[in-house]
Amino acid sequence: MNKITFTIDGQACTAEAGQTILEAARANGIYIPSLCWFEGMKPAGSCRICTVRAGGRYMAACTQPVSEQMVIENMAPDLEDMRKALVEMLFVEGNHMCPTCEKSGNCELQALAYRYQMLVPRFPYDFPVRRVEPAGPKILLEHNRCIKCLRCVRGVKAKDGRRVFGALRRGGRKKIAVDLSLAAALSDRRAREAMDRCPVGSILKKEVGFIVPVGKRKYDATPIGSDLRKAEG
Amino acid sequence: MSKPVIATASLAGCFGCHMSILDIDERILDLVELVEFNKSPVDDIKTFTKPVDVGIIEGGCSNSENVEVLRAFRKNCKILISLGECAIMGGLPAMRNGIPVRECLEEAYHRCPTIDPFDPKIIPDDPDLPIILDRVYPLHEIVKIDAFLPGCPPSADLIWKALTSLLQGKPLVLPYALVKFD
Repeated sequence: MNKITFTIDGQACTAEAGQTILEAARANGIYIPSLCWFEGMKPAGSCRICTVRAGGRYMAACTQPVSEQMVIENMAPDLEDMRKALVEMLFVEGNHMCPTCEKSGNCELQALAYRYQMLVPRFPYDFPVRRVEPAGPKILLEHNRCIKCLRCVRGVKAKDGRRVFGALRRGGRKKIAVDLSLAAALSDRRAREAMDRCPVGSILKKEVGFIVPVGKRKYDATPIGSDLRKAEG
Repeated sequence: MSKPVIATASLAGCFGCHMSILDIDERILDLVELVEFNKSPVDDIKTFTKPVDVGIIEGGCSNSENVEVLRAFRKNCKILISLGECAIMGGLPAMRNGIPVRECLEEAYHRCPTIDPFDPKIIPDDPDLPIILDRVYPLHEIVKIDAFLPGCPPSADLIWKALTSLLQGKPLVLPYALVKFD
């Protein structure tokens, strides 16, 4: 197997041919902040949080394959500020009422805001009018919190491989739709997986809200990315 | 040197953030040594009697009186702090944003389950009552805010840390575990 050598913020790294920058970075113990990326799933490159710079060009680390002798900037202050701005934009363009949300403490969007210590977004709040959609006996679809990362569309499948979620319309009007009969037929385990696959509190498994106490949730004590060895780059 | 002066107010909030201020427990004795309270529900002083160093506001702006109080605070305070989610982004009251005000008022005064169906259907409109705004506004969309302390409520440790830093003129360096939105 041919190894590729490259650097991230000056640190020498190796990768397999064909790996994306984000996968290769993780394999080398380096955290690149990401949101729409999910391990083992085909990347979408839709949120751009993982944007890095190589050769003066900006690219989504989750979709761009790493190449020989690539010099990648990951933690440059301007890149980090741009990522923070993206997180802030996601906060103002939906209705993210963290105090009422079942996902609070385990939410990846919130975890990124904590990581960047977002005290207030720099953009004005949109307060869009969106609905809560009861999607059968297992799942609740909270459109107010949806960030259209398409992780559910790409990853939540029924037993026969059919997609449970799909995307309606495009651009700013994009909306997640659900196949009610497939959603109703999900096993408890798959419904749980669907909830875990959603980075925010948009897909909720019914009847299990707030099971983990405050203080013991995923991002209560340590920032997102801390699980990687050299996370704080 | 005289003690720094603090003022607080709760606008469209639930007083939970004020409860959190009291949650600093016995450190409140230190606080009383360090600062003097002016207009605040804590000491029940209703109007400003002197210029204030740090103003702390909980809750967003939901009606005309909220806006009036907020502007008075901005005028009288050197540093103004948005305390808690409602002050920063409207919070739970902002769940009405997107619903027309008439619909909200009719829900409360006409269709509420405790309304006697034989009573005349009125929406209170006495001139003494503050006017409900079209939506709930975060404080920084109305006046300039100098510091933001998120949380629902912000923890007592966060409030303590921020207040002591601000009063000593130090920059706000907040530990990860203290900055939470819930």
